[in-house]
Amino acid sequence: MLSIQNLKASVEGKEILKGLNLEVKAGEVHAIMGPNGAGKSTLASVLTGKDNYEVTDGQALFEGKDLLDLSPEDRAREGVFLAFQYPVEIPGVSNINFLKTALNEIRAYKGQPNMEAKEFLKLLKEKQKLLEFDAALANRSLNEGFSGGEKKRNEIFQLAMLDPKLAILDETDSGLDIDALRVVSRGVNKLRSGKNAFIIITHYQRLLEYIVPDFVHVLYKGQIVKSGTKELALELEEKGYDWLKEDSKETEAADILLPR
Amino acid sequence: MSTDLDILKDVSTEEYKYGFTTNIEMDLAPIGLNEDTVRYISAKKNEPEWLLEWRLKAYRHFEKMEWPSWQNFEMPAMDLQSISFYAAPRKKAKYNSLDEVDPELLATFAKLGIPLTEQQMLAGVAVDAVFDSVSVATTFKGKLKEMGVIFCSFGEAVQEYPDLVKKYLGTVVPHTDNIFAALNAAVFSDGSFVYIPKGVRCPMELSTYFRINAENTGQFERTLIVADDESYVSYLEGCTAPMRDENQLHAAVVELIALENAEIKYSTVQNWYPGDKDGKGGIYNFVTKRGICRGANSKISWTQVETGSAITWKYPSVILRGDNSTGEFYSVALTKNKQIADTGTKMYHIGKNTRSRIISKGISAGHGQNSYRGLVQIGSGADQARNFTQCDSLLIGDECGAHTFPYIESKNNSAMVEHEATTSKIGEDQIFYLNQRGIDSEKAVALIVNGYAKEVLNQLPMEFAVEAQKLLAISLEGSVG
Repeated sequence: MLSIQNLKASVEGKEILKGLNLEVKAGEVHAIMGPNGAGKSTLASVLTGKDNYEVTDGQALFEGKDLLDLSPEDRAREGVFLAFQYPVEIPGVSNINFLKTALNEIRAYKGQPNMEAKEFLKLLKEKQKLLEFDAALANRSLNEGFSGGEKKRNEIFQLAMLDPKLAILDETDSGLDIDALRVVSRGVNKLRSGKNAFIIITHYQRLLEYIVPDFVHVLYKGQIVKSGTKELALELEEKGYDWLKEDSKETEAADILLPR
Repeated sequence: MSTDLDILKDVSTEEYKYGFTTNIEMDLAPIGLNEDTVRYISAKKNEPEWLLEWRLKAYRHFEKMEWPSWQNFEMPAMDLQSISFYAAPRKKAKYNSLDEVDPELLATFAKLGIPLTEQQMLAGVAVDAVFDSVSVATTFKGKLKEMGVIFCSFGEAVQEYPDLVKKYLGTVVPHTDNIFAALNAAVFSDGSFVYIPKGVRCPMELSTYFRINAENTGQFERTLIVADDESYVSYLEGCTAPMRDENQLHAAVVELIALENAEIKYSTVQNWYPGDKDGKGGIYNFVTKRGICRGANSKISWTQVETGSAITWKYPSVILRGDNSTGEFYSVALTKNKQIADTGTKMYHIGKNTRSRIISKGISAGHGQNSYRGLVQIGSGADQARNFTQCDSLLIGDECGAHTFPYIESKNNSAMVEHEATTSKIGEDQIFYLNQRGIDSEKAVALIVNGYAKEVLNQLPMEFAVEAQKLLAISLEGSVG
């Protein structure tokens, strides 16, 4: 579904991604871990088309299409979704109105007619139930006055409503207490299917206990230096990132250990 | 940041939709302004002597007045001697039935979206369409007449209800108020007159459409609305104007009078020609609007959505004389390219237990300059007066400006006055967030602006609210940044 080859990207003239490679197939959940400054958020920003990020080399194909050539809204319409690390507030725009607009934009892109109000409401209730999402939050302005946890949960709720092919979760666990973490994870797990894929960006192994990944990659200094399965996450938890920093010095030519 | 400028598109792509003129013979007054002009207008309208005298008194006062200098913009040079002050279609001015109306005129109204046909009447909105300086047709006269509601052109009211007009005209905005009010009193052409009798709740929204057509004419309409005890009326005003190169002056006066337990709701959606992207041409909208809550427990609310005009200069105000009376002002003013707005309100608390509420939302884009100017005046006898003011500014891009001049004068210890203000910018982060959900930047801005203006738009009668929402979105096209 997603094929990233030798991706290099800079922000404000500074190169952050230095030749990143990643393959994500439908039905898979990939976790990306790494120390601060490794480029995790940069990866998310580059994939979603945020301004100020300049791609200097490499490519990213999404369902065979050149993802980096598309505008941010077209990437979203193609089925790429980002659960933001710091979701912004947009006062005065109701959650419901916003979701309906987004949904219909995506449908229009695919040549489908607008969703009827009745159908939309049905979908809304269905997903609220699925994610144990408080209906009251849906009626409020987009993220306005939401607590950190509520904002993160709202991101997952939007994910459920928009049903993307590829969902990138950017440190969704940061700022969540244990209960919220469990609820969010339950939700994400319910959304997993053979047709979609997830890239979960996180610092900590804890989230990965609830959302069990198929693959774990470690991003360090702009490259994926090690890949493995969920055991790798446990190893990192135990040993910290220094262990890999030692390792990477020997793999400067970026040999990637592909998952078995 | 270069991104702001990158996203700014060429603004001249959206052609001013209503820019067209009608080829109907116009009856123009000779160019220039002097006492003869006043007499000419009065004679054309067949006015009684008292009204001519009223006009002349105002004109003589006007001659002594000086142009103001306190506004937050450069006052354009106005050569009043080079324009004609009266333009009426050459055909008969009064139409008893729609069959008599000039078919080209009707076609014009159809283009503007106000077909004066039975179908429109069934929609439940009575429309008094003002074509330049003369009211052309008034619909629903019959139905309203049954309830005792008078809704007609000002000119007609002078003929048919002179006592009512004489009783209230100039009692809220005297000709001495300001120079534009004096000018208007001298040369006003037409407008609307509304009288709601005691105890009557007007069953439909009353609406008026304006249009400036002939080159070089200023439009000076005069509107007077009187709501007698226990009555209610909701009045809508919507304006369009054709594309012109010369600036055109629009100095209207609107007076509202609410008696005991009465309520007047006055809504305006204004999109006069704003000038081109370099600020050339465009209407000068210098309006004096004021209401008086004369009776106890009365209420007047002003709601305005101003997106047009080169310069918008108006302060719809309320004098809260009656005890327990309420004044409200809801405003969304949008300026882009080189537009200027200096608008706000004045609330005069005089009676006891009076309340006022002011919600002003300014939106500046391009090189627009938006000023809010508000006065909350609490008189010494205004016990327990309450005011809440919220004055917000939204900036789009980094070349525009928002300014606020709030004045609070309180002479009563028991008064409570609250003032809140916010200034915000449409963040790139907000736009990117919406992009990432599949919404393009232009729609994103429209969504954000509508959310921002929602509190005001919600005050409009529904049909108007929808038009206003679309208007905001269209007005902002090309301003994303």
